[in-house]
Amino acid sequence: MEPGIYHLLFISTALFFIGVFGFFTRRNLITMLMSIELILNSVNLNFIAFNKYVWPGKMDGLFFSIFIIAIAAAEAAVAIAIIINLYRSHQSINVETAEDLKF
Amino acid sequence: MNEFFHLMKTELIVTIIIFLLLFIKLGKDIKNEQLLPFIQFVLLVNFIASFFYNVDGSLFGDMFYTNSLIAFEKSILSLGVYLISLLSTDWLKKTSHLPEFFILMLSALLGMCLLLSSGNLLIFYLSLELATIPIAAMSNFDLIKKRSSEAAMKMILSSAFSSGILLFGISLIYGITGTIVFAELPKLADGSSLFIMAFVFLFSSFAFKLSIVPFHLWTADVYEGSPIAVTSFLSVVSKAAIAFVLLTVLSGVFQPLQDIWYVLIVVLSVASMLIGNLFALRQENIKRFLAFSSIAQVGFILVGVSGNSNIGISSVVYFMLIYMVSNLAAFGVASVISEQTGKENISDYKGLYKNNPLLGWVLALALFSLAGIPPTAGFFGKLYLLTTGGAKGSYLFISIAALNMIISLFYYLRVVRAVFIDKNDQPIEKLTIQLPVKLALFVCSVSIVLLGIMGWIFDHIESLH
Repeated sequence: MEPGIYHLLFISTALFFIGVFGFFTRRNLITMLMSIELILNSVNLNFIAFNKYVWPGKMDGLFFSIFIIAIAAAEAAVAIAIIINLYRSHQSINVETAEDLKF
Repeated sequence: MNEFFHLMKTELIVTIIIFLLLFIKLGKDIKNEQLLPFIQFVLLVNFIASFFYNVDGSLFGDMFYTNSLIAFEKSILSLGVYLISLLSTDWLKKTSHLPEFFILMLSALLGMCLLLSSGNLLIFYLSLELATIPIAAMSNFDLIKKRSSEAAMKMILSSAFSSGILLFGISLIYGITGTIVFAELPKLADGSSLFIMAFVFLFSSFAFKLSIVPFHLWTADVYEGSPIAVTSFLSVVSKAAIAFVLLTVLSGVFQPLQDIWYVLIVVLSVASMLIGNLFALRQENIKRFLAFSSIAQVGFILVGVSGNSNIGISSVVYFMLIYMVSNLAAFGVASVISEQTGKENISDYKGLYKNNPLLGWVLALALFSLAGIPPTAGFFGKLYLLTTGGAKGSYLFISIAALNMIISLFYYLRVVRAVFIDKNDQPIEKLTIQLPVKLALFVCSVSIVLLGIMGWIFDHIESLH
């Protein structure tokens, strides 16, 4: 069976919500970062699917997904630098150890 | 070619300053005491230059456009950055990475300028990221403080998550309309439920960055943990940029959905004002207090946004200018006290007036303006916001906003009472205020008094579009 747009959109939406779920439930900072990457990749899949099946004449979706990949890398670089610094001061990358600031 | 230099003037100047600082960093070590006045001077030049040679037009196939209102908004942002560089002189002189701090801050400013001029969802997304990622790195600038790294972690995770949500909304919009150009979107917006869902995703990301209530949870923590220079940048410049873009996006791109977003904004505005006020009542730390007060102020800004008219746009821009000087004056005083004594709690401010009358008066003036008491500019700003919101005819909404001004009066005056009336056995001793800080506090206080009285400023903003 040839996969159609519905299959792709199903996968990308599922990936998005898996990412959101992971972001809310995981307690390890690196895993939370991975969940965000899942969200961004689901968006990439969305763009590619729309570009191929709905708007085949246009290139906007492809460009957008390339930019998203680049920005995601930049974001991950800054986030990991911050997490390393957090590890130095807290000796852990569990979010629950970082709880100095509260209501 | 000439047009390119004219239209992208602000962005080019900011880029040149960034490269200049990079080369300074590469060269031999210059003491902070010598470098800082130079940077402040360059930022002043940037602010003054933003008033000249402004032309309307667009570049790169409408990806980038500018007009006189956008140029004015950019000069407000440049003014904010200049004032922050003056106000945090104490902290900046001590920091070991001065050029890097300004490189990051100016990168964020560059992102915000591009954000204001963006005419395309791709540029919009790229510049939004350019405006937020450096701020996360900046909030980690007190490298040895535990709180600073925690604040940076919260900032980068929540902003990455919110940009993920934004992207999902953009991808749905692309799927429905097949275009990412702002000018083409209103014609193609069909109001289908999928489009409304895409709009809600996009709006919630805005709400994250503006810290509108259900999405405000990161605000207080990040504000408290970051160095005060970063806190004031976040709460003033970044907030102003996002509010301006929200205005253009809502009244331009999503005009066909205005019945839907009006309801959304009314609900979120009431929630922001109430929650921001109620939480501000019980805060002890001055930065946390100002964080919740800024959440409440965003509620008032949304009242102006809900007006959805030209006069609404001018009143929001006018209010942002007033909010910027008032908030910067408050942060400036907090920064002087926190740098020289390490005290950040409101209870430490008791009896501040006794030894530091100048700081006491400036803080009182700033808080009066934030609360909206008549002779100060804050009153006029809020008056315009409520008038434009009231033009829509929902008087219940405006009454709730007015009632919230009274609640806010209670906690702003609590600080003023601590400064002037409350007795304290060990009040803060006499602090030395450096010349740049004095200058910036003077500029802020004079603007707080004069901006409201000089009505031609509002007329000028009104004439820009």
